[in-house]
Amino acid sequence: MLRQYGFILILSIFAFALPAVAIILGSLLGPRRPDPIKTATYESGVETIGDTWVQFRAQYYLIGLIFLIFDVEVIFLFPIALAYGQMSLFAVLATVTFVVILLLGLFLEWRKGALEWH
Amino acid sequence: MEQWSAGLSHLLSNLGLPEVIAIIITFALGAFILANVGPVLALVLIWITRKVISRMQDRIGPNRVGPFGLLQTVADAVKLLSKEDIRPATADFIAYFLAPILAVFGVILSLAVMAVAPGLIPVDLNIGVLYLVALGSIGIMSALMAGWSSNNKYALLAGFRVVAQLLSYEIPMVLAMFAPVLLVGSMRMGAISEAQGLEISGLNLGLGWFIFLMPGAALIYFISALAEGEQTPFDLLEAESELIAGFHIEYSGMKFAMFFLAQFLNSFFLGAIFVMLFLGGWQGPFAGNIPGLGFLYFLIKAFGVYVVTQWVKGTFPRVRVDQMMSFAWKILVPLILALILWQMIVLKLPVGTTLQYLLLLVGNIGVIAIVVNTLGRYFQREQVRTKRAFEPKSLIGTMQPAGD
Repeated sequence: MLRQYGFILILSIFAFALPAVAIILGSLLGPRRPDPIKTATYESGVETIGDTWVQFRAQYYLIGLIFLIFDVEVIFLFPIALAYGQMSLFAVLATVTFVVILLLGLFLEWRKGALEWH
Repeated sequence: MEQWSAGLSHLLSNLGLPEVIAIIITFALGAFILANVGPVLALVLIWITRKVISRMQDRIGPNRVGPFGLLQTVADAVKLLSKEDIRPATADFIAYFLAPILAVFGVILSLAVMAVAPGLIPVDLNIGVLYLVALGSIGIMSALMAGWSSNNKYALLAGFRVVAQLLSYEIPMVLAMFAPVLLVGSMRMGAISEAQGLEISGLNLGLGWFIFLMPGAALIYFISALAEGEQTPFDLLEAESELIAGFHIEYSGMKFAMFFLAQFLNSFFLGAIFVMLFLGGWQGPFAGNIPGLGFLYFLIKAFGVYVVTQWVKGTFPRVRVDQMMSFAWKILVPLILALILWQMIVLKLPVGTTLQYLLLLVGNIGVIAIVVNTLGRYFQREQVRTKRAFEPKSLIGTMQPAGD
């Protein structure tokens, strides 16, 4: 068990080093002649007006919240899948109710217009 | 545990090294090879993409550098290596540099649970499927980091689109991955591949693949994987006409190449996961008896799925943002939730296994009918709309050349 994650740890070091080395190599091998025009923000030749880091629509956060609900649900569901073969009738009914509530929740969000994308 | 590492670590500890160091050396060697599989694979994938797309468009594709143009990608990589590394002056530097590294990082790590042959899997984690789901989120984060840190309005817009799209399609994808896990009762990729072997009179013809048992879940996984891999018809992230290039607009040279690499590898690995979960992994005739044959089957299937994604890329029109979002939330998520509910009930029914599987198949076919019907209606409308756009609208008339 610990060995498996040990391998993942070592692999993650290599997975991090590989792109890092490639990028460093690229910046060493390529020319570097920065000038103010070149390092300006690219916008089809027009100068950028105003700040880029603005506030964004609440829609994104709504989608993010709904995503969070379902992602947490998935974390609950996967362990259930592993034990599903040995589960008693009560546990199965509880699981089914859990999924049904989520499905109803999705329909409520739909009804309230949280899923509309403008 | 892992058969591949046992031999070498034994050899090293016989040479007199302490066991811990022997294991670390073996793992480091394995990890180094595994990490380098990524870039090599990407070279082949980019070549395949170019060849397939050019065949679709009635061109030949790269054919100058090396045999069949195979070395074209290598030449491109060398060119990108020698390009100037332009850094936008107003960018947020830490996030700006970390984003391309993280993109590749998440993709290469998912190699660790690929069950490529019978008994050959880098690490057969007991949470294999969840591990893959978790790595998917790193890609989303790197795209958002790139979009935000570039300090470019197009990049920021694309970054937010990435979040919206990838988050929305992650739910149906993960729930579709849940269907085989529920049936097998294990999250190990090796166990899921093994469970799909069905021998009929001693011959493993591949009828036990889960795609035959739950084609609905497979279809939903495939569609979501197209969206997660940022492929057409869901390639809104780099809609050239709207956002110029997407979230990597301010990246040049090797940093851009890293995003490119990550994208190609990601869509290939999503296909490979599809192969492991639904297409039987390394299963095939005589896969267990002849060594190496299982690996060959896996490669053929994985590259086959990849070619199909490129085929889709070459034929389908791009969808609109709102259509894409509503397709995920209003069609795929309710359908896959209902399908899982159906599967849960069916698997607990007090009837024979054959009847259970038959009922499961019926539910899946219903799901397929709804999804295909929706997609068909959408693409039909799109066809009509495109045709209308090309019809002459001039008041003078159809401006036909004055004939006779």
